[in-house]
Amino acid sequence: MNATVAKLTFRSLLGRRRALVFFALPAVLIALTVVAVALTDEVDGEILEILLGAFGLGTLVPLLSVIAGTGAIGPEIEDGSILYVLAKPLRRSVIIISKLVVAIGVAIAFGALPIFACAVLATGEVSGAAIAYGTAAAVASIAYCSLFLLLAVVSRNAVVIGLLYAIVWETVVGQFVPGIRTLSVQQWSITVTDRLVGDHASEAGLDPSVGSIAIFLFLAVVVGSTWQATRRLRTIRLGDDG
Amino acid sequence: MTSIVLDQVSRWYGNVVAVNDVSMTIGPGVTGLLGPNGAGKSTLIHMMGGFLAPSSGSILLDGEAVWRNESIYRRLGIVPEREELYESITGHEFVLANARLHRLPDPAAATRRAIDMVEMADAEGRDIRTYSKGMRQRIKMAGALVHEPDVLLLDEPFNGMDPRQRLQLIELLRELGAAGKVVLFSSHILEEVEQVASDIEVLVAGRHAASGDFREIRRLMTQRPHQYIVRSSDDRALASALIADVSTTAVELAPDIGGLQVSAADFAAFVQALPRLAAARDIRLLDVRPTDESLESVFAYLVER
Repeated sequence: MNATVAKLTFRSLLGRRRALVFFALPAVLIALTVVAVALTDEVDGEILEILLGAFGLGTLVPLLSVIAGTGAIGPEIEDGSILYVLAKPLRRSVIIISKLVVAIGVAIAFGALPIFACAVLATGEVSGAAIAYGTAAAVASIAYCSLFLLLAVVSRNAVVIGLLYAIVWETVVGQFVPGIRTLSVQQWSITVTDRLVGDHASEAGLDPSVGSIAIFLFLAVVVGSTWQATRRLRTIRLGDDG
Repeated sequence: MTSIVLDQVSRWYGNVVAVNDVSMTIGPGVTGLLGPNGAGKSTLIHMMGGFLAPSSGSILLDGEAVWRNESIYRRLGIVPEREELYESITGHEFVLANARLHRLPDPAAATRRAIDMVEMADAEGRDIRTYSKGMRQRIKMAGALVHEPDVLLLDEPFNGMDPRQRLQLIELLRELGAAGKVVLFSSHILEEVEQVASDIEVLVAGRHAASGDFREIRRLMTQRPHQYIVRSSDDRALASALIADVSTTAVELAPDIGGLQVSAADFAAFVQALPRLAAARDIRLLDVRPTDESLESVFAYLVER
């Protein structure tokens, strides 16, 4: 971890116009929650599942992670300014990990924390459901961000591919084709959450549909993506013009 | 003594050869890498800076490979041609970040020194997004100099600079060269290179076309045969007079261009002989112009030798 790399990453992530999405997405969730609380006497599990499960875990977290994960390194590679970080006696793994930590931090700050806050707002207390949803969102952010950061190192079309993955694969396919759930980051994070906070997860209706293999897959994706991103950064091609 | 040694370095992209079998040694002092656009200068500089693997051959900095070797950056600074920087931070923050990334013992002092060196103290507190081309060039330079590297690589550093900034940079590069640093910069303008560089390496179409000090390169360039198109009141009579003179090697009547195509062996002698010969025969010169003064043709000549 290198504080200067992290700081530069953070500044350019939040310094760009895309950063508006970081504020807009959780704002939508909060607005929806406020409306739900105002319109119903008691927010039941079903509403929580739609708000925090389908929208929060299913849409908000993957979208934020696409923007944070790819944004942590993609624009710098595209405009060549990554050169200023690369032209330093720094281990490439340190650069990748520093950027990943910032991306995960931003995804948690704008995804998991608002989800947790909305759960508290909806249930009126720091309930088990709030803890479970918040944890699941944080866990999913870790896996998504490491995947999308790798994607940004490998491809110039990382944002588009990332969005397609987040929307098509995770939301649509993952919901309707049960077999694919084994390969869904969202499902892994629910399993990991179940192991981490136990009863709270079932209280929130977050029942794992994938067994312990999810924990292995989750770790493999995080470690594997980070390792591969480091490897690719070491031989990244910059400035192919003339 | 620090040196970068390129040994039979080539780089190709698919079927396109960007750098073709280049061998050279860059030692202390200022070296100019001269060549037309697209000659492969940037590719060569990127390879020297460890950002691109040679497809074949080797590049060593004091015996150490530069590719996939992060430790060379302790001794090497690079100023890329591209202008993109971290837009939302100030110039001072940018240079300070460079100093910190190098883990210098006193990053603040090193930042101060580097910014003063490029004379950017007045604008250091402004966001980089407000900088002009010349200011970006200078702040990039400060970032590359902050750790006092032994080797400095600059890709087209004079682009976008006004005359005053240009002089300032020339002065700075000269100082660094005089201090024994290895300074290499690329340019496509001979006059620019001539003013700063003690040694010149000429790159054309990916090949190492010529090498030497600037007098030698200039001599090579001015002694090449020059092509002229001459139109006069009596082309045929002028042609016979010209071919009789030692300053020309060939004269061709070229009705399609409406005049004579003349190859001059000695450029200086020819421009003196032409009006004299014409006047003696009462021939009026209507048009005299060189046809191949473009840099590309000068370079092409050097390659053909």
